Amino acid sequence: MLGRGVLAGPRPAAHPAPVRGAARRPAPVPLTLSVVAIAAVLLLPVVGVVLQAVSVGPRRAAHLLALPLVPTLLANTVLLTLTVTTGCAVIGVAAAWLIERTDIPARRVFAVLLVLPLAVPEFVAGSSWVSLLPSVQGFGGAWLVMTLSLYPWVYLPVAATMRRSDPALEEVARSLGAGPVRTFLRVTLPTVRTAVLGGMLVVALYLLAEYGTFAVLRFRTFATAIFNEYSLGFDAASASLLTLVLCLMGVVLLAGEFSLRGRSRHPGARAGRPASPVRLGRGGPPAVFAMAALTALALGVPVGSISYWMIRGSSTTLPSGSVLAATGESLLLGAGAAAVATVLALPVALLSIRHPSPLALTLERGAYLVRALPGVAVGLTIVSVAVHHLRPLYQSPLLLEAGYVVLFFPLALVAVRAALARVPPELEDAARSLGETWLGALRRVTVPLVLPGLAAAAALVSLSATTELTATLLLRPTGIETLATQFWLYTSNLAYGAAAPYAAIMVLTSAVPVFLLTRLGLARS
Amino acid sequence: MTLRRVVPALLVVAGGALTALAGCGSETPAATGPAAKALGSAGSITVYSGQHQQTVGALVQEFQNRTGIEVHVRSSDEADLANQLIQEGSSSPADVFFAENPPALAALDAKHLLSAVKPTTLAAVPRQDSSPSGHWVGVSARAAALAYNTQAVAAKDLPASVLDLGQPAFKGKVGVAPSETDFQPVVTRVAGDKGHDAAAQWLSGLKDNAKVYDSNESLIAAVNSGEVAMGMVDHYYWYRLRDEIGPGAIHSALHHFPSTDAGGLVDIAGVAVLASSQHQDLAQRFVAYLVSEPAQQIIATSESFEYPLLAGVSNRRLPPLAQLTNPVVDLGTGQEALDLLQQAGML
Repeated sequence: MLGRGVLAGPRPAAHPAPVRGAARRPAPVPLTLSVVAIAAVLLLPVVGVVLQAVSVGPRRAAHLLALPLVPTLLANTVLLTLTVTTGCAVIGVAAAWLIERTDIPARRVFAVLLVLPLAVPEFVAGSSWVSLLPSVQGFGGAWLVMTLSLYPWVYLPVAATMRRSDPALEEVARSLGAGPVRTFLRVTLPTVRTAVLGGMLVVALYLLAEYGTFAVLRFRTFATAIFNEYSLGFDAASASLLTLVLCLMGVVLLAGEFSLRGRSRHPGARAGRPASPVRLGRGGPPAVFAMAALTALALGVPVGSISYWMIRGSSTTLPSGSVLAATGESLLLGAGAAAVATVLALPVALLSIRHPSPLALTLERGAYLVRALPGVAVGLTIVSVAVHHLRPLYQSPLLLEAGYVVLFFPLALVAVRAALARVPPELEDAARSLGETWLGALRRVTVPLVLPGLAAAAALVSLSATTELTATLLLRPTGIETLATQFWLYTSNLAYGAAAPYAAIMVLTSAVPVFLLTRLGLARS
Repeated sequence: MTLRRVVPALLVVAGGALTALAGCGSETPAATGPAAKALGSAGSITVYSGQHQQTVGALVQEFQNRTGIEVHVRSSDEADLANQLIQEGSSSPADVFFAENPPALAALDAKHLLSAVKPTTLAAVPRQDSSPSGHWVGVSARAAALAYNTQAVAAKDLPASVLDLGQPAFKGKVGVAPSETDFQPVVTRVAGDKGHDAAAQWLSGLKDNAKVYDSNESLIAAVNSGEVAMGMVDHYYWYRLRDEIGPGAIHSALHHFPSTDAGGLVDIAGVAVLASSQHQDLAQRFVAYLVSEPAQQIIATSESFEYPLLAGVSNRRLPPLAQLTNPVVDLGTGQEALDLLQQAGML
């Protein structure tokens, strides 16, 4: 059963009425209670930002929102979000189609290479491009680097959906005389719409909140204004007020994605067999060239740049115990956060898919909102809550892990939801009619079926947590350094040679979960 | 603060839901874990440091060897640390805050988070290099300077004053990093010397002329590569770049404005004891150590390329600076500079 695609959106329902079986029953009370508890903790940063923002007062708020640079920054954020998200969608879908639907040579190699940019943290990719080509900056530079870094978030779910969906429809279309292009537009694209939208949402929320990478690329977005209030004004209240603007944009994105996704109903049962590939013919070499170029830009540039600095920089940290120590810390923290986030995502996904009440859907959507908050806002809220109310946990590894869970829970939720949506509720009904309790059916039927999805969720979270920087700087125990904090400390002292090994290890260790993701995706049922 | 009242409520909601859940007889994912290691047990202090990591490491090492007092260092961006200290308030685990610039210290002082530094410690360095309130002491200095690309700019064409950079003649030739804590003091000094309106006018000209960089590191690299002809930075960024890429790859030089000019500003890295520290004596000893001769010698020879403040100790790799003996203006929290930069549309 392993690995029918694990990252795709919910399975397209066979009938317009999705409420079947278990869904007719009211949600079990323990399930609802756990989801409420989880959401209460996950929403702490959002609540913290709102409360701080309210303390600003209307006059200061008006002053902040009327600052001369605000319109430019807002426009930059909107423009970048639209163009990068579009770019990621085009590249992600095109690459997925080439890999899943054509006879492109070296298909299996490309299937791995196309996902590997996820292993390169965005700030490393940004620094790499700038140190190679200083002219990669401003809007163009930000667009290029972010698109190349983030397209796998669209590629992964789309490829998984294509692999799973029934190729018969496309074959029928072609046998009725539709060319490959027409077939793609009229049949393939609608089938993967939910997956594309889900991927675009992850990308767009990321772009709203990101600051560091854009700073390196000299492109200023609305997050810059927030950052200035923190770093030059030491004014968390003003910063929070500006953060509310990002929150609102996040709500718009979440609502938009929800309404588009909600209408998406497509027939297409699980594939019983692989699609017969479209022959690329003379289009083969250009397609291979395009994929090779994409890989060279997205992967080759950062890897090349890191290697260059390791050889060339005069400062060096190799060989050194601190590199090993930081590697150990990063991996341990990432693994812990991955396990917890994945376990917590299961009840939220269960409630929103099996018992989709307005409450369940609000809690599910709300969990994504934290992605729209800059890491510094999330980090400082957790600092404030923990130091005053959870003192024994403050600056403990446990609190840092909790921070990672809050930040990356949405990624786990995406993967778990996708896997769960493909488990027919009838299976659970059957188990219960045979005498299993609700929990027993969950444990013996549902969980074994979504295991690949849980693994994918854990891989995505550990990948992101291992390389997280901003919140790590605020939440880590004093004296503990991770790969990301060491990389940052050295680059901020212009010691690129000393920083390079940390970047190299971040990429190498991240490659493991990324490889796991491609395995989970590639295996056929 | 309302956050303090609502957060417990939310935690109660979460806790209550979990308790109810346990009552339902299902497995509770109990969030218990090992208690955090108590920081600052007897004989140890925690230092939040926004200063150059390697230099602080060397200082701490020597202090530990000398006194046996264990020092835990939390290295991060000074602004991040200042914000963290503000959130922590009286519950902070930190004993000492070692900053790069006065505004971060002044912001904490304005919130009454700093203790008075011992008079004997304050007396070790020139009075004007420490806080007028006596709540932080200066440790090292650096000079604002104009880095210029030697292939793009002839020495005779260099401006005489930082105010000239707002003139149309410098359009497209100058880079600044206004979001860095190092540029803010220059703006504060201009506003102090020439008044708020003149500073606003200067910034409006500078905005038209300048390429904006995110950091001093990228600005100095851009000047050196010729991407921009000149840029305002603190002197040590140029020296650190030369140290990293080698003198052969350097195509730039530093131009110091006269000490009477706002661009000839000398900026101070200072250190303070947190009022909430449970280890006031140990913290004061560490702060006193930083202005003592052995510590100042480490600063004078370290990779951070700063000017030591103790009389009789000098950094032989740096040109002597007349400004070091001139009064330093009180830079305050930098709020006026932030407003000016925002109104000019630079931030």
